[in-house]
Amino acid sequence: MTAEAWQITWFTLGVATLSTLLILPFGIALAWLFARRDWPGKSIVETVVALPLVLPPVATGLILLMLFGRRGVLGGFLEKFFGVEIVFTWRAVVIATAVMSFPLLVSTARVAFEGVDARLERIARTLGAGPWRVFATITLPLASRGLAAGAALAFARALGEFGATIMVAGFIPGKTVTLALSIHHLAQLGHDHEALVLLTVSVVIAFASVWLSGWFLRRKHA
Amino acid sequence: MSVELSRLRLRLARFTLEVDAILTGRVTAVFGASGAGKTSLLEVIAGLRRPVAGAVRVDGVELTNAASRIFAPPERRGIGYVPQDGALFPHLTVRQNLVYGSGTRRPRSPGLTFEHVTEVLEIAALVDRAIATLSGGEKQRVALGRALLAAPRLLLLDEPLAGLDEPLRDRLLPYFIRVRDEFKIPMIYVTHSPDEVMALCDDVLLLAGGRVESRGVPAGLFVPVTDTRYRLAPSVIVPGRETID
Repeated sequence: MTAEAWQITWFTLGVATLSTLLILPFGIALAWLFARRDWPGKSIVETVVALPLVLPPVATGLILLMLFGRRGVLGGFLEKFFGVEIVFTWRAVVIATAVMSFPLLVSTARVAFEGVDARLERIARTLGAGPWRVFATITLPLASRGLAAGAALAFARALGEFGATIMVAGFIPGKTVTLALSIHHLAQLGHDHEALVLLTVSVVIAFASVWLSGWFLRRKHA
Repeated sequence: MSVELSRLRLRLARFTLEVDAILTGRVTAVFGASGAGKTSLLEVIAGLRRPVAGAVRVDGVELTNAASRIFAPPERRGIGYVPQDGALFPHLTVRQNLVYGSGTRRPRSPGLTFEHVTEVLEIAALVDRAIATLSGGEKQRVALGRALLAAPRLLLLDEPLAGLDEPLRDRLLPYFIRVRDEFKIPMIYVTHSPDEVMALCDDVLLLAGGRVESRGVPAGLFVPVTDTRYRLAPSVIVPGRETID
């Protein structure tokens, strides 16, 4: 593998890791709210969260571009108050992959929470544990395999993100180019051998993370 | 010790639970067929459900009052709850289960130590085991010990022996009697077994269709069939009687 191929591989792994860590707290909180609480507007929020799964990724990318661009609501705010540029930087890659993998994390985590016997949580309350202690000592450990599986799945999805990323981060060698972007680019240019190398890398990483996700779900409590 | 259930009303799927009673016994039985509203009543007392009307007071302290919107959360009630299957935490060891609630700052009678409770319930040898390796009877004793070690002022037992076969029930019943005599924690014991009521309880609420149809001492409601087996006395009038016998 060339130095460039290594750089792209590490960049992609870094972006996927960062985006997974970024969505983990929000995804877990939202999944818990979906699984355990009823509130007004819940079905609307459920639908909005699921949208990136069904929208064309480039459409999601365009929405992000409008939101995070210099004249966008979020982009303008971030640039004015924090001097942080998003669009066409590595940050845009992280945001695009985070948004695209968020629904997968939430749906897997929700199933994990729904699989925890609510009676155990109620019994823990009668033993003197407040809601936070119940969450930390009963709900979270019992849902942990499903949550880990969801995180691994979100990571796998982040690795392969293309459509939203190209819209909001562009193709800037050394700055925003991920495995997916690079494979597309190399194939366009007819550099089949280089494309094949990156393809192999992608398959290995994707296989490992999906297999890991399944392994978490197959594992039984001791 | 008194548990005051003042004009409680709770809507359930098939009827409305309505109870108005003051319980002062050491062990009060809530007796009735399945679906009579027994578990729901316990859940209201434990603070796991809100009634539409009425109040729950324990020793004069108001824990629930629908009219004045008082609702103490379950973790601050000091009311222990042991469900039918024990509901032990499967990811924790027996010891971790037992001490789960023992961090409470509630006043603790001197006998309520880990060593003494595990000795009385004969579970000291199990403390390092995983929950999945316990038998049904062992699970029930651990669940009882876990509730006791939280130093409750009142213990709610929801058909703790119902899922077990008869020989095992006969072997476990003495543990409950021992707990009653040893730890002096008042108990409300939900059951559909006259034998358990006779062996353990000193007051009975007969619940049917969500209402208290009869109330009294066990010997007034049940008659012996054999030395240790009992049935509802023929003189007791209760709707849906065939489902109890």
